[in-house]
Amino acid sequence: MHAIYALSSVPLFLGALLSDWAYFSSQEIQWVNFAAWLNAGGLLIAGLVLLWAAVDVLRSAAHRQRAGLIYLALLLATFVVGFINALIHGKDGWAAMPAGLILSVVVVVLAAAASASGLAGFLRRTA
Amino acid sequence: MTARARWLGTPLGILAVVAAGASGAQPANPELPPPQRGLLPSMRIAEPAPWGDRLPTVPPGWTIKPIATDMKVPRQSLVLPNGDILVAEGKGGGAPVLKPKDYIAGLIKARGNTSVKGGNQLTLLRDADGDGTYEGRWVYAKDLNAPYGLALVGDKLYVANQDALVRFDYVAGQTQASGAPVTVTKLPSAVNHHWTKSLAADAEGRYLYVGIGSNSNIGERGMAVEENRAVVWQIDASHGATRTFATGLRNPTALAFEPTSRQLWAVVNERDELGPDLVPDYLTSVREGVFYGWPYAYWGPNVDRRVQPQDDKKVQASVRPDFALPSHSAPLGLSFVQPGSAAPFAEGSFIGLHGSWNRDAPVGYKVIFVPFANGRPSGPAVDFVTGFQSEGKTMGRPVGVTVDPKGALIVADDLSNTVWRVTPAR
Repeated sequence: MHAIYALSSVPLFLGALLSDWAYFSSQEIQWVNFAAWLNAGGLLIAGLVLLWAAVDVLRSAAHRQRAGLIYLALLLATFVVGFINALIHGKDGWAAMPAGLILSVVVVVLAAAASASGLAGFLRRTA
Repeated sequence: MTARARWLGTPLGILAVVAAGASGAQPANPELPPPQRGLLPSMRIAEPAPWGDRLPTVPPGWTIKPIATDMKVPRQSLVLPNGDILVAEGKGGGAPVLKPKDYIAGLIKARGNTSVKGGNQLTLLRDADGDGTYEGRWVYAKDLNAPYGLALVGDKLYVANQDALVRFDYVAGQTQASGAPVTVTKLPSAVNHHWTKSLAADAEGRYLYVGIGSNSNIGERGMAVEENRAVVWQIDASHGATRTFATGLRNPTALAFEPTSRQLWAVVNERDELGPDLVPDYLTSVREGVFYGWPYAYWGPNVDRRVQPQDDKKVQASVRPDFALPSHSAPLGLSFVQPGSAAPFAEGSFIGLHGSWNRDAPVGYKVIFVPFANGRPSGPAVDFVTGFQSEGKTMGRPVGVTVDPKGALIVADDLSNTVWRVTPAR
């Protein structure tokens, strides 16, 4: 179930990435403000899902835990990299570049992978 | 510790100054380490504590005492011809949150400031019998909008609110303004990230000069909101016409005329988040038409890469300021001693350093003296009033400093909401 919520952080992180790209290519400052808020929104969702998933995986049966742990690790990585990205986006102006853009790419990939892994597990269980 | 930090800052005062001279760090030519910024900026927020029985420390032969307490955020003061003291009280700003960072930084920085609401008023203090106790206290004018800079020209009292320069008709001896102020001219006030409007009048009283701070650290709110910001305006006192006098001064928080040369000087708060020892705040002469670097460059043509798109022409045109103050020390007050004052503070300027946030080891939190000769700084700064911090706590933060004609120094303290008066030995 939480895998669907995990999936909902992906468009926010993707929005942050696109905004970062817009700032990187146009140097129009407002884009990096959008990126900072979108990343913060994605981070909030990812954080809540991480807590939920952690409880869920630890409570689940032993044979399901292995797949769950990969999902959990990907969520954790999303959160950690997203948090570092938030700090990077706290730097003024061009100081957030290019690190902010690179990390935004990494976060989108991690969030998508976490969602895919979570959804796969979810479908296996409901099938 | 860098050489620059060594010549200021330590309780060893004069010894430290000598050591710095040997190491070659000069206020006119400060060391500029490479920019640095970790995931978080270097920070140390003041932890407020009451003064209790303590007092700030002054040089031997001088005394200090509070002449007014429980003020409503005192910032700048003005000594009137009859010896009365006017104090501007207020708190302006309120720039909108732009990023999550602004919200969090606002919460953190607020802890190092007073929680008292700004008075938006001028308070008049009077020592009628000349015994050094200011027994008289009146609200001279209220309902102002974050008043800051003050100047008296003849019988005209000028007050720089955060959004307008206004004028009162001052009558000698009065304790309350005779009416509402007249607006001389509007001042740039959109956003007001840096809201203080500093003020000085030339000796003839023909022109007023207003310092207008930038609307951001280094342009991160976009350059559109920086129109008419980070500048000093010249205002014709007779009809309020304004023109830009000097540019690229990030936050010119106090203006004053050097009495022998009649040259305008300013203290300026430079940019943050480039490391604990960058960029030096400064004291500089403000010359007509000169560009001092902000936001494209600092301390002459040193590029700030955070500003994009860059502007090479602006970088090359950036003029170096005259005298470096410690990075992040936050000079907010400037006052020149009048000719004929007693040594060793006979010629030069007092500077109130509000104190740092963007630095692990705090700097500032004191009043310093920069000696002058022939209208120019002539040596390293020396401590004048210290002891605003003790055992990791902060009791006070100096803002405006004003030399009174008797040779005393008035210091406004916006953390303990006190006005201090430092007097020489008789």
